[in-house]
Amino acid sequence: MSFLTAFTMICCLIIMGTCALLTLNVQQIINVLEDENQMVAFVDEALSDEEARAMEKELLAIDNVSEVRFVTREEAMVNFLDRYDDNSLFEDVDSSVFRNRYLIYVEDIVFMEQTQNDLAGVYGVAKINALLKVAKGFVTLRNILGVVALSVFVVLFLISVILMTSTMKAAAHIRATEISIMRMVGATKSFIRWPFVLEGMLIGLFASLCAFLLQWGGYNLLAENISGALSFITVIPFESIIIPVLVAFCAVGVLEGMFGSVGAVKDRPRK
Amino acid sequence: MITLKNVRKTYENGADALKGINLEVADGEFIFIVGPSGSGKSTLTKILTGEVCPTDGEVVVNGFDMNRIRRSKLHKLRRTLGIIFQDFRLIENKTVYQNVEFVMRVLGAKPRKIKERVRYVLELVGLDHKMRCMPEELSGGEQQRVAIARALANNPKLIIADEPTGNIDPELSRELMALLVEINKKGTTVLVVTHEEELVNEFTNRVVVINSGRIVRDGTGGYYGNV
Ligand SMILES: Nc1ncnc2c1ncn2[C@@H]1O[C@H](COP(=O)(O)OP(=O)(O)OP(=O)(O)O)[C@@H](O)[C@H]1O
Ligand SMILES: [Mg+2]
Repeated sequence: MSFLTAFTMICCLIIMGTCALLTLNVQQIINVLEDENQMVAFVDEALSDEEARAMEKELLAIDNVSEVRFVTREEAMVNFLDRYDDNSLFEDVDSSVFRNRYLIYVEDIVFMEQTQNDLAGVYGVAKINALLKVAKGFVTLRNILGVVALSVFVVLFLISVILMTSTMKAAAHIRATEISIMRMVGATKSFIRWPFVLEGMLIGLFASLCAFLLQWGGYNLLAENISGALSFITVIPFESIIIPVLVAFCAVGVLEGMFGSVGAVKDRPRK
Repeated sequence: MITLKNVRKTYENGADALKGINLEVADGEFIFIVGPSGSGKSTLTKILTGEVCPTDGEVVVNGFDMNRIRRSKLHKLRRTLGIIFQDFRLIENKTVYQNVEFVMRVLGAKPRKIKERVRYVLELVGLDHKMRCMPEELSGGEQQRVAIARALANNPKLIIADEPTGNIDPELSRELMALLVEINKKGTTVLVVTHEEELVNEFTNRVVVINSGRIVRDGTGGYYGNV
């Protein structure tokens, strides 16, 4: 019975772990994409180059702005022309057509709109280009992912706890005589309970260690295949998060064992 | 030691097990509770051990008010009691010695004290030579003597035995009862529930007769007070 429980717990833990690691990786991909989602603040033409450069401090002082990069109109033109193979089309274009500009990177795209408004208030900022829809899309994706992962986690946690309870109830049933004698001679509730709680926690620990090792192997196998087939995705190397993952596995397993076994030995109500 | 005043017990299914019991048992007494099947004897002992709550009336056992005591404090009362059951309730995979040792360990006694005490109580019930036996290797009477030794192990103030001789033959029953009387003479209060008339008649102790949840006789002189 406890073997079966451990086995089921291992399965649940691996699904939980996969969910969490998947979330973590998607999170990381989103982060990379987010970082590229910068805003462009165009500087009013009326300002001289020196004045334009002087705005940097003020822009940096705004909440949620992590980094700003000044791009001169000459650079802007070069970047623009680079995008086209056939430069001859724009031969006559002069850099004065372009405005000086800042690339603005934000810390959290959730507050992008607010930041955009703040930036607009800075003297010398003529116009701001921001892909708010894209930013909102990322935020939604992040939220959905979080909710899904959390629900899977909660459901599997509850399943493991319920399973552990029935296992420990069976164990307590086998030792019913012993327990009734302990009650009769005046053992405290916690004294009777703790061996079961300890056993539950040990089963949980055992299950989490097994699940951890399997997860490790499975993850690296999958990571190799993914980076082989989809080279643009960078998978977080397992070894870089090994300690937090191990701790998380053990904590979840032990907690499942604890919560599951605490309810196994009930006080008989006085009739 | 034990005080019952107007104690009533009505079970959830409506069974009126006790209908107003008044009983006073002093320290060091030996008392038989007798009566026909279904008269409420077991219900009475369960109220004393805290397994069952009285519906009405006052119950004080070894200084614990059974109406007030919280479930989390019940163990304190139990530590002053030695309880003996009709079905012995020995742990099958432990030896005689371990069965007695177990209850002392549960209460955290020191190893040296346990060793001394287990030997002493097993000697008292005359089973020191069978210490290493498993319960199944013993006769019914011997098993019940182990249960008595176990009840004595933690040095209780009060021994409560519900039909301790229910599962053993008459000859052994008399010996067992004599043993309990012996224990009583050393100072422990003993309350024995039984419905065996002949057995009760062999002793001169106080007898309380219960019928349909009421005490119908309280005195010495055997089951009917005529011995
Ligand atoms: N747990 C219970 N729930 C409901 N009714 C009960 C319960 N225990 C006992 N009773 C009822 O209470 C009454 C007294 O039962 P009790 O067990 O106290 O009798 P007793 O004197 O010990 O009988 P016996 O000699 O057969 O052991 C009976 O009518 C019985 O049916
Ligand atoms: Mg009975």
